[in-house]
Amino acid sequence: MAFERIDRSAKELVLTVQDYFLFSSRAVLNIFSRPFYWADLIQQSDIIGVGSVTIVIFAGFFTGGVLAVQSAATLASFGATAVTGRFVAMSMIRELGAVLTGIMVSGRNASSMASELGSMVVTEQIDAMRALGVDPIRKLVTPRIYATVAMLFFLTIVSDFCGILGGAAVTVFMNNQNGTQYFSMAYEFLQFPDILQGLVKPLLFGFLIASIGCFYGMRTTGGTQGVGRSTIQAVVFASVMIIFSDLLVSITMVSIFNK
Amino acid sequence: MNENPVSAVDSSTTDAESPVVEFRNVTISFDGPPVLRDINFSVGPRETRILLGPAGVGKSVLLKATNGLVRPDSGCISLFGEDIAIMKESGMFALRARTGMVFQEGALFDSLSVRDNVAYQLIQERIPDDEIDTRVKEALIFVGLEHTFSLFPGSLSGGMRRRVAIARALIHNPQLLLYDSPTGGLDPVTSTTIIELIVKQRDFYKTPSIMVTHRLQDAFTMVTHRYDSEKSAMVPLPQGETDPNTTFMMLNEGQMIFDGSIHELVTSDDPFVKEFLE
Repeated sequence: MAFERIDRSAKELVLTVQDYFLFSSRAVLNIFSRPFYWADLIQQSDIIGVGSVTIVIFAGFFTGGVLAVQSAATLASFGATAVTGRFVAMSMIRELGAVLTGIMVSGRNASSMASELGSMVVTEQIDAMRALGVDPIRKLVTPRIYATVAMLFFLTIVSDFCGILGGAAVTVFMNNQNGTQYFSMAYEFLQFPDILQGLVKPLLFGFLIASIGCFYGMRTTGGTQGVGRSTIQAVVFASVMIIFSDLLVSITMVSIFNK
Repeated sequence: MNENPVSAVDSSTTDAESPVVEFRNVTISFDGPPVLRDINFSVGPRETRILLGPAGVGKSVLLKATNGLVRPDSGCISLFGEDIAIMKESGMFALRARTGMVFQEGALFDSLSVRDNVAYQLIQERIPDDEIDTRVKEALIFVGLEHTFSLFPGSLSGGMRRRVAIARALIHNPQLLLYDSPTGGLDPVTSTTIIELIVKQRDFYKTPSIMVTHRLQDAFTMVTHRYDSEKSAMVPLPQGETDPNTTFMMLNEGQMIFDGSIHELVTSDDPFVKEFLE
């Protein structure tokens, strides 16, 4: 019995992964054929991008501040508090800006995509859309994926900027260090691979957030309880996949640029 | 909607006498025993088929299979002469756009106004706003809800939602109509209003249709009444007369146990049919 259960679970897992790849590849490739719903893309960009700016600004600013507080205390024991700016900028741009923004946007938007599409599934609105001759993946999923990819890219830049500002605020006003030195250290040691690494990640994270959110939403079964279940699964899987793919991208980038 | 009563079946794409819908040996299952087994029936031009049966026997599944929302495990489903059982999903959208479907609970898009719900197909086709407004108003007048133009589905009653769903299904002049329990859960007065709309569509526009219901009174009303366009109301047919184009099917436990006219239905020897009618 236990073996049968494991066998069934393994098959279900393989089928789910296969469905996810088919679903997301179809959604991505829809951009190469007509119709493309530009108005939905703009609307989703507004909801995902503009709607998330506030939380991203605050999260980035406070994270930069925390990095400055923690790093200054450690660096002081080596007499190297002058490199606080470099430490904060590197951490935010290479890693934390993208990951934190991804996780914030995942909590906000993967959940809303899963619950919105899930509610549409259980109330037969998705079937109604299909019956009216409209492809729900093309209409609902494709604009969400491209909007999230584009917006997460810009949100990450905002987060990086606010993080460096947060670090500067702590360095100047709490640690009483020189602001010019902080910014020059932050800028001077930044190189192309650092920025590339920080800007490639949000493209991947944006795809994961939207495709996982929509995938779980579109497979919702079991009424309102099912909508709740889909929402939880979407947020959990999107968050875990962001951290996992961050590891893979970091390993790849470090091995390519040896930095 | 076009106010000229013309046949809804486009003769350029479908032979005048060939069935609009045809099921041949269709079996459908979902992770278990078949929900529908070896189903055979057809819907001819101008024909209205009423699908009877208790709850949970696969009536809605059969209706969804008719326009490809559910795929069969085996058998052939022909819609407008094309086999949709083997057709790709991407090829289905154009065919589905030629059908109109009314869902059990209306399935209106709750984030859109009544105007945008009814005009959904027209908006996707980028028809000018002025023309959309005119056609939506005509469709809403047809279902008697012109005052709901700017309202949202959340502020409508259950009966009004079904009527808006009917307007949405009709606005594109469909060549086949599918009604999934359009009167389910409604009070008798509202149910009669909905049935009157369906009879009006049947007699005025001659659109072939399949109506799923478990309410016998609605089925019998449809077959014993006609729409009088002079009186703008549904009137009973003379005593003993029935609508020849309205026929019945009955499902039980996933199998088609009856397919025939009202007279054959009421005189059927099948014990389940008898029990259902009683």
